[in-house]
Amino acid sequence: MNAYLNMELLRFTTAGSVDDGKSTLIGRLLFDTKSIFEDQLNQVKKSSDRKGLANPDLSLFTDGLKDERDQGITIDVAYRYFSTPKRKFIIADTPGHIQYTRNMITGASTANCALILIDARHGVVEQTCRHAIIASLLQIPHLIVCVNKMDLVNYQEDTFQKTKKDFERFSSKLDVTDIRFIPISALIGDNVTKRSEKMAWYEGSTLLYCLENLHIRSDHNHIDCRFPVQTVIRPKTKAYHDFRGYAGRIAGGVFKPGDEITILPSGFTSKIKTIDTLDGPLNEAFAPMSVTIQLTDDVDVSRGDMLVRSNNQADLNQDIEIMMCWLHNQEPNPKAKYIIRHTTSEAKAIIKNVRYKLDVNTLHRNIENLNIGMNDLARIQLRTTKPLLTDSYRKNRTTGSIILIDENTYETVAAGMII
Amino acid sequence: MSNYNLTHLDELENESIFILREVFAQFEHPCILFSGGKDSIVVTHLAKKAFHPAKIPFPLVHIDTGHNFPETIVFRDQIVSDLDVSLIVGMVQESINSGRSKEERGKNASRNALQTNTLLDTIELHHFDACVGGARRDEEKARAKERFFSHRDQFGQWDPKNQRPELWNIFNGKHHDGEHFRVFPLSNWTEIDVWQYILGEKIQIPSLYFAHERKVIRRNDTWLPLSEYIQLDEKEVPLQKKVRFRTLGDITITGGYESDADTLEKIVNEVATARQTERGNRADDKRSETSMEDRKKEGYF
Repeated sequence: MNAYLNMELLRFTTAGSVDDGKSTLIGRLLFDTKSIFEDQLNQVKKSSDRKGLANPDLSLFTDGLKDERDQGITIDVAYRYFSTPKRKFIIADTPGHIQYTRNMITGASTANCALILIDARHGVVEQTCRHAIIASLLQIPHLIVCVNKMDLVNYQEDTFQKTKKDFERFSSKLDVTDIRFIPISALIGDNVTKRSEKMAWYEGSTLLYCLENLHIRSDHNHIDCRFPVQTVIRPKTKAYHDFRGYAGRIAGGVFKPGDEITILPSGFTSKIKTIDTLDGPLNEAFAPMSVTIQLTDDVDVSRGDMLVRSNNQADLNQDIEIMMCWLHNQEPNPKAKYIIRHTTSEAKAIIKNVRYKLDVNTLHRNIENLNIGMNDLARIQLRTTKPLLTDSYRKNRTTGSIILIDENTYETVAAGMII
Repeated sequence: MSNYNLTHLDELENESIFILREVFAQFEHPCILFSGGKDSIVVTHLAKKAFHPAKIPFPLVHIDTGHNFPETIVFRDQIVSDLDVSLIVGMVQESINSGRSKEERGKNASRNALQTNTLLDTIELHHFDACVGGARRDEEKARAKERFFSHRDQFGQWDPKNQRPELWNIFNGKHHDGEHFRVFPLSNWTEIDVWQYILGEKIQIPSLYFAHERKVIRRNDTWLPLSEYIQLDEKEVPLQKKVRFRTLGDITITGGYESDADTLEKIVNEVATARQTERGNRADDKRSETSMEDRKKEGYF
């Protein structure tokens, strides 16, 4: 009855080219895990009938906005949910078109796992490489390569093995350690939630089993203590007259009452007095918990400051090297000052240097053409008006990421991963 | 769970608290849109957690169609007094009286769509720059595309094709004068998550969610509660039924269904095995396939 009290959360993103069967796969996962309600199913059956299809078109479950239905494409990231007794899953369903790299990066930024779809008939194509490179740049810990449409290649092992070999050859250049390969047919349901009888040669697990059992407990950094302060809580009531708590979400490490900490950037030191929540004080707190910390000393701490362990501090940095993805259709202006957001702090930044542009299909570094446009990835150097408290993105996805905001339009124009 | 691991509900709670604190830090005049339904109750509960031991630093805003379940209003006033927060009520009736909104006619007339004008006027009147709502992405296909921080232009409109990309946990709430944000801390929660959380946290909810005896009529495949705001035709005969409501809107559009679930445990079980979506009993969503998308673009919740 209370099985849900032991459920974990896994966030994954799906990437595939147009017509790789991504929507069908998501529809299949939702359908087979009984996450589709009858009224939704009836709607899809009706639409499928109208199109003259014999079976309900599973891809229609992920239909979204009016324009998307009219054009049969996905415009923006959509989020889908399903669960099994073991885990709750959040799918960031991102479009596969070339112009939507920014959406893929958005979906990938919070994912523990990426599913990459390959059409078995076509094998590894340019877009496959792009999706894998993005997953690697975003440091998604787990990659599952689904070789889809196996039914259209007579479930041949050779086809699967060749695709796998091609992908492995290319992925040796990537920064991903956990890659799995699964031959599936999303349309028929082979190896998605049920083992396929037509691929006896495949001895691995189904996609769902894989998603349910990926080891995700090490996906957060529990070593380097980082607590970016969001806001200060001062109730000023009789009962809590002297309460002064620093509210925030732990970005890394484990904090305990009694710990010696340093407040950055000021460098003052103090000790943790209590870690408070509405449900009572805690003996320890770790990423990604939202807590309120009180210190033993009355020191000046405000939003944008960071509590760290005295013997393990974040870098204090005004020249920041990042891998940047430009997200906006207006190109960066070399003279412009941008608002930079990093954890809970904010400053201004200029793009000081463009070191190279990265070809997202081949990893080739282009130093001849340094003009940046929408969806481009580039290694750049930023100069900020005040020092930021950074880690490398490899070490910590929260303290290692930034966004740039246009000063005038306030649009989010770039995302960056600190090198 | 041990080994520095959180359950899915813990993780959702921590994410929502983070969002609520960002709202406090990034905006000058935030508010919580409070309907008296379970989702806005959970948002309010999370806000209590986010700022404890201080009071919730936002007023609650209720857009009142005037066609309420009396139970909802009693509950709303109780929560406002328990939390010691201020309540701002925007009356759809006033928008009608001033000529700003026009009452719908006909048998299925409702004031649901009329809430948009009243909501936008209330936002303008109080200079709200962030309105926290309880909408979830699993509710409806247009909502599946929502950001946590969702920008609204000076006319309160949502432009789903030009949304700001939202990466990692960095939220951009920058806005010009007259623009505002809708913020959805429950974006990643599903209906069952909400119910499990209510059960686990022992959160008080209106009695309407529990199975109870009530006079209802059968209309559009649902049990519509009898009230003074509903016009009956000759064939419609009120019946006494044991029903409960899975969502709460105003009384003219919220259909109930027969149920024996009179405890939270029973409700969680019922929702876990439900074969129909929760909004299936909402007349406001049945008007067309894109009715939510159309209303949202104009500034609806």
